[in-house]
This record gives sequence, structure tokens and C-alpha cells, in this order.
Amino acid sequence: MQRIGVFVCHCGTNIAATVDVKAVAEALGHEAGVVISQDYQYMCSESGQDLVKNAIKEHNLTGVVVCSCSPRMHENTFRKAAASAGLNPYLVEIANIREQCSWIHKDIASATDKAIVLGKAAVAKVHLNAPLTAGESPVVKRALVIGGGIAGIQTALDIAEAGFEVDIVEKEPTIGGKMAQIDKTFPTLDCAACILTPKMVEAAQNEKITIHSFSEVADVKGFVGNFTVTIKKKARFVDETKCTGCGLCTEKCPMKKVPNEFNMGLDNRTAVYIPFAQAVPKVATIDPNYCLMLKNGKCGVCSKVCTAGAIDYKQTDKMIEQKYGAIVVATGFNPIKPDKYDEFAYSYCPDVVTSLELERLMNAAGPNGGTLLRPSDKTHPHTIVFVQCVGSRCDDEKGKPYCSKICCMYTAKHAMLIREKYPDTEVYVFYIDVRTPGKNFDEFYRRAVEQYNVHYIKGMVGKVTPKADGKIDVQASDLLANEQLHINADMVVLATAIEPDKTARPLATMLTTQMDTNDFFTEAHPKLRPVESATAGIFLSGACQGPKDIPETVAQASAAAAKAIGLLCKNSITCNPCVAHSDELMCNGCSACEKVCPYGAITYQDKEFRMPDRSTAIRRVASVNPAVCQGCGACTVACPSGAMDLNGFSNSQIMAEVDAICK
Amino acid sequence: MQVNENFEPVIVAFCCNWCSYAGADLSGTNRLNYPSNVKIIRVPCSCRVNPMFILRAFQKGADGVILCGCHPGDCHYTSGNYFTRRRITLLYSMLDFLGIERNRTRLEWVSAAEGAKFAAVMNQFVEDVKKLGPNRRLEDLRCRKQ
Amino acid sequence: MNKNQKNWIDITSGVNVLKCMRCGKCSATCPSYDEMEYHPHQFVYMVEKGDIEPLLNSKSLYKCLTCFACVERCPRGVEPAKVVEAVRLTAVRQQGNNHLIPDMIPDMLDDDLPQQAIVTAFRKYTK
Repeated sequence: MQRIGVFVCHCGTNIAATVDVKAVAEALGHEAGVVISQDYQYMCSESGQDLVKNAIKEHNLTGVVVCSCSPRMHENTFRKAAASAGLNPYLVEIANIREQCSWIHKDIASATDKAIVLGKAAVAKVHLNAPLTAGESPVVKRALVIGGGIAGIQTALDIAEAGFEVDIVEKEPTIGGKMAQIDKTFPTLDCAACILTPKMVEAAQNEKITIHSFSEVADVKGFVGNFTVTIKKKARFVDETKCTGCGLCTEKCPMKKVPNEFNMGLDNRTAVYIPFAQAVPKVATIDPNYCLMLKNGKCGVCSKVCTAGAIDYKQTDKMIEQKYGAIVVATGFNPIKPDKYDEFAYSYCPDVVTSLELERLMNAAGPNGGTLLRPSDKTHPHTIVFVQCVGSRCDDEKGKPYCSKICCMYTAKHAMLIREKYPDTEVYVFYIDVRTPGKNFDEFYRRAVEQYNVHYIKGMVGKVTPKADGKIDVQASDLLANEQLHINADMVVLATAIEPDKTARPLATMLTTQMDTNDFFTEAHPKLRPVESATAGIFLSGACQGPKDIPETVAQASAAAAKAIGLLCKNSITCNPCVAHSDELMCNGCSACEKVCPYGAITYQDKEFRMPDRSTAIRRVASVNPAVCQGCGACTVACPSGAMDLNGFSNSQIMAEVDAICK
Repeated sequence: MQVNENFEPVIVAFCCNWCSYAGADLSGTNRLNYPSNVKIIRVPCSCRVNPMFILRAFQKGADGVILCGCHPGDCHYTSGNYFTRRRITLLYSMLDFLGIERNRTRLEWVSAAEGAKFAAVMNQFVEDVKKLGPNRRLEDLRCRKQ
Repeated sequence: MNKNQKNWIDITSGVNVLKCMRCGKCSATCPSYDEMEYHPHQFVYMVEKGDIEPLLNSKSLYKCLTCFACVERCPRGVEPAKVVEAVRLTAVRQQGNNHLIPDMIPDMLDDDLPQQAIVTAFRKYTK
């Protein structure tokens, strides 16, 4: 038999002025199971709490109902009080008779009636409350950062700074990401390599940071605080521990006609290569698609010249398994390939380049040693046309529906740098809108127009036609002058949209995190939790969450690190006990609940059951991981057999409340 | 149809803990009045509300049921209110089939900042249900209070 | 602004002119741009504003080649050529304003012109 205590608060006059608290206490005292019903001036005060505690002990209560203010205000106070008196804190229910009763009603009679009904509903609910224990799960004090661009590096450095072990998994042979390919950064025009490479070295030298370059995440198991991740270290055919990065092998390699990815394929590298001079780790990698030894078994030059004996043609992919408490996703972005846009002639005219290609063309470490030359005939271009929004803000399957955010600024930067270095060059920028929100951004863009005399034209390029004389005819509209222009250009630069890395989608599946239709990771809350994914323990850093420039990426990377550190600092995590659970005897393994779960908390197990005829049968049943479940209850409604229920808000409890209100 | 001036409908409101319940609290904090017919049940998310609960309320004699959740896109659990929206659409077609007036059931998005909206919605809803009169069709007479 | 006319054009073209983000790629791509008084992007903009009368009276209607380059290249999928076609249809249905009358045709005919092109042109340019 339940022994329930009801405590009605006056809240000074806040409640007592419109609700007859004595009558409420009196009425609720007659409810079934209620053994004590009291009212008091201030229930939340020390003495009010003592009243509750004493009653619990004295009457050996099995449930407590407090009729007071909103549970959002004092539910925790009374739960703690109950716990200190030896009653399970989840056996306390609050009837909200202040915010949702006394403060909104003026008529004492009706407000009192309502307060009684709310109290009755709470009593009906508490009858069915079960004692719940918040589970604890330990936290592994190690973080994994997926992606070694500026976002991943910054996150790893910050986590390491706090004293935790961090592993960076990078799929390329070196960390550094897109920022390493960039020449100058806006709006300060400082050199990207000069600010990035010290950070790369810092990451490599930090004893808390382990860099797994040329590696990929192969599998993720577990949940917040306790992930088990399998990392695939791809065979690079060079022993990382022995290679000194002297580069002799890359000089001697006879296979010199491999398109150089780092320079966007604008020049060639050798089959054994180090992506760029400041690569971290500075270790050679053999490209098995081009290496003559690996393809035909005939060559072996690199192995002969390597004094460290680091070349190992027999190396294979290696799997490492490691446990982590937190995972930070920093998979970054790629510019799209504009070859679907026939009108821009990108696929057949070498002088039509993307902005990242221009970045390499202008870089001192790039294919032309920093002199801007046309890729086709290596001559100096005199007229350059920039086209904005190529693939961005597109409503068709060729492009992306969003604004890529960084293009307006980097185009202003390119235009400015070109005008500065080559004042004899005319630069045209065709724009739809110039978007420059950001510190010193608009000033930067205006400087390009006013100081450097870059021709900004509102309109879009409709057709790019390479001509026989090597020039390019650019047909465009000038909307403000209402005319169609033809520009005789030497080079065309396309500001292509950026898209999340291709590895992001399979990774999201492994991590059970959510993605939007554009494959950007979805944050837990767009305003208030921008660096956490909805899946506990998975954090988002950089452009994998949405287009971002470098300062924003670094800010978000540090924020993600702070969140990860907050998690790693804990020895164990207290789980919310109000989670879903499945009645295995009723579950028919239909998977309806798994499909609606936003957290991937539900898995299926084959379990052996004893049947009524004493035989055994193996059935597939759902099981909820309480550490991952956040308690939304979507599965409880999706479940066709009624096997799924939610602790603290069970079907029977809510039904009881409904009944009490309707009675 | 005759409107009974003295008819006081029983209204059950399901409010999600993160947005609408906080919105209801806010309308209380701002002392915005709405009729005392409305009794609120707190649920973690609007998607916790099984359409069965709504039918149960009608069976037990409720005259109107209103379900409030976070605005689409703002769900604390990311996607819960989208499930709610679909489920309620299905429930509507069933209620239509049963001949239960549309206005007795309502789905509203109320954020934690929309105390005024909460009060306005409740005022409107109670008025609408009053116009409809008591719920006779789904009420289980065995459950009727004496 | 003539609301009925705008509705009629919206319905017959099947185009949502509100999707236009005013980039001007349609006009940038248009081969008969120089022949036109009102250009493809202006068609979209003026239909959106409901400013249709000047379009109906303009010879630009008949300069559109219906090559669909603008439809192909519009990043927002607005399909300006269909707007032009719808405005042209509106003009066609207004009696009395024949742009081309059958009697004028024999002089313009060329032996090599396919029969189908004549029929199409007649459909497109009459009234």
C-alpha cells in the first residue's frame, strides 16, 4: 500500500492569495494512499524542507507530492530533500500551482478547484512512480580528433593543454588540411603557412598528442565516455619510425609524372613523395598506383638510396583499437569540381581555374614559384575575370543550396593581391551579392574596390568560350547598367562552392550522429549547443558543421575542445535515469523504435526465451543503452506492441494523470 | 447550435518540458490570464504523447485536448516534434473518420519565450471548445462523473 | 498592377518567380540579348512586380528564341524562358494584336524551311 505525503506551499501570498491552500490540503488528504497532507508558508525554505524530511521518516512515506511552483524551479530542491531523508528522489512529484494556477487565475473558487485537480493528477502519477537510480558510467581519459586540418590541430592542442591524451586521425600523409594549401589569409593578408606550420609542429612535438597520419576511422563502438574505435593505418610502404624525411627517395624516384594533389594537379610529383616541405610527420609515402616496384616489381631505387632503410614494400594496412572518452569530428570541406557547369568551360580550358587552384598558382611553393602565369602557355595574364557563387546558392542538383560564406572574402583577397603584384592586370569580379559580415571584412572588400580599383560588376557570367587565339570570351550581364558584356579575358577564376568531405557521411553513420541533407553535421542546438552533436560525447569542430572561415573554425575548434575537456574531467558520468526501456517479453524486434531514435541508443540482440511449453526460442529484441538515451520518448509511441516505455513518464503514469484531470 | 453559457469544458494540455511548459510558466510569471479549464501535463517532448493518450482523455470525458511542443527545428531532441506533427496528422484523419470535430484537438508550437502566445492560444482554444459544446461522441459513459 | 494577368502568367508558366535571386545569369547567357528591349531577368522581375503591360506591348516577346539556355543555366531553377512564353501566350490570347498575319507569310518563305518550323513559327508569332 502506498503511503503518500502531500505538501501544499503558500509561497507567501503568491499561491495563498488566489488558492485556498487549506482546502487543497484538505481535499488531497482524502485521496487514496495519502497519509499526510500539510500546508506551509514556504515549502522550499529550510524549515519547509525539514517538514518534508520529517514526514518521510515519521510516516515512512513511499511518495511525496509538493504543490508549489514550477518543477523547473524547485523539483531538484525537493528531490534532494527526499534523498537526504532516505526516499528515492524520483518518488517526488511537483504539482505546479503557482505559475500554472495562482498567477494566471483571479477567481479563488476556480483556482482552488484547479489546484486540487493538479494535485490529484500528481498524486495519481506518484502512485505509479518507481524508484530510479541514476546509473554511472566511467569516462576514458582520452580524446580522438578525426581530421588534422586547422580545426583538428587546434582542438587537439587545447585538449592536450588541459592534460589529456589526444589522438589525431588524418587520412592524408600529412596534417595541415586545406589551410596548408592557402597562400595568404584575409583580411590581414598574412601568410597561411607562417601561422599554420608552427601549430603543426607544436602538435607533433606535444607528448600528449599522437598523430595517426594516412589513417582512417574504420569502426566506432560504444557510447559517451567509453568509445572503442578501430583505426586503419593505411600502408604507406615506408617505416614511419625509421624515415628521417631527408627526401632523397623523392629526388631519385624515376616515376615523375604523378599529378600533385597538393598543387591541385597543376604540376607533377614522384611516386614516392612528401606532400610539401613542412609536412608533419615529415615522412615519405609511396603511391601504390604509380610505384613501378609495387606495380611491376621492377625498380626499387628508393629502397637502394634510403640510408635509413625505411622503405618496406611489404607493408600492409594495420588496424589499431583504442578506447576514447570523447570524439571530436573535424573532417572539414572540399571545393566542388565545377565540371558539371559546361558554360564555364572548366573541364576543357586550362585557363579556367578554381580559386584553390589560383591559390596554388600564386603560392611561392606552388607550381610557378609564386609568379602568376596562365596554366596553358605560362604567359602573364592581363585580364582576369572572377566568377562568384559557382555552385553556391544553386537550387539544382549540380550545386549546393547554401552560401559557401568564404568566397566573397577570398575573391576580394585574390583580386587585391593580383592588383598589388601586377598593376597592369585588369581584374573583374562578377558578383550576385557581396557578403562581408565579419571583423574588418567589409573594409577589406571596400579597399579592393577603392584602393586597388578592382572592377566589381553586379551580374553573373553566362558563358565562357575559349577562343583560337588563346584568349577567353566571357559573356556576362551587368545588371546595374542593364547590358550584356563581352570581356576578352586571359584567365577565369571560379569561386566554387565548398562541400563537406566525402568521408563525413560514412563517419556519421559510424558515430550515429545526425547530418543535414548537404552532409554537414547537425549540432545539438543551433543556438545554444553549436559544437556538440546530438549524440552525447561527439563534438563538432570546423567546417564539417557548416561553411566557416579560419578564425571561426579556430574559435569553434577551441569551443569543441572545451566541451570535450569538460567531459574528460569527469571520472564518471551520471546518466539521466528517465530513459526508455523495453519489455523484452513484449518486444517483437520490429525495428520501429530504432528508426525514430535520434541518438542511436537502441540496438537489437538475439535473446533466448523460455516458452510456455518449456522449449526455448531465440527472439530478436530491442535493448536501450541508458548512457546514450536522452529520454525523449519518441520510441515509446512508435512501438506497436507497447513494449517500449519511458522511466519517469511511463504510459501508465501519463494515463493516470489524464484520468485524474478528466474525472 | 445552442451555446450553453455555463458549460465549462475540461481541457487537457500536453506540454513539452523544454519549450511549451516553460512558455506556460512564462505566461504565469507575466500574469497573463487564461481560463482555469486548462490543466497541463508535463511530458519530456511532444513526441512522448501517444495519440492513445489523447483518445483516452476524450474517453474519460475531456472536451478538448491541446498538444504543445517546440517550434519545428527547435526540438530539444532535434527531431521529436516532427514525429509529433506526423502522428497528429494521422490522428486527425482518424478523428475525422470518427466524426470528432477538428477543433477539439489542436497542435501548437509554443517556445519557452512565448508566454503571451501560450495564453492567447489557450484563450482561443477554450473559446473554440466552448462553441463546440461538450464532447459526447467519444465520451465513455461508464467513465462519467456523477 | 493587373493581378489576374499575373496569376494567369504564374499558372500558365508554372514558374515561381519568387525563387529568383537576381543574379542575371539568364541575361548573361541569352543569345538574343541585344535584340531585346526587356531582357530575361527583367521579364522575371517585372512579372514578379505585376508590371506586365509593358512586356505585352514589347517586341522583346518575339525575340526570344526559346533556346532554353536561361532555363538550363539558372542556378535557382526559375526558368525565365517559360515566363517569356507565358507572357507571349497572354498576348496571343488577346484578340486583335496580330504580330504576324497569314498574308505576310508567303513572302517570307524559303524552300528549304521545314514545314514544321513554319507551323511552329506561325503558332509562336501570330497574334
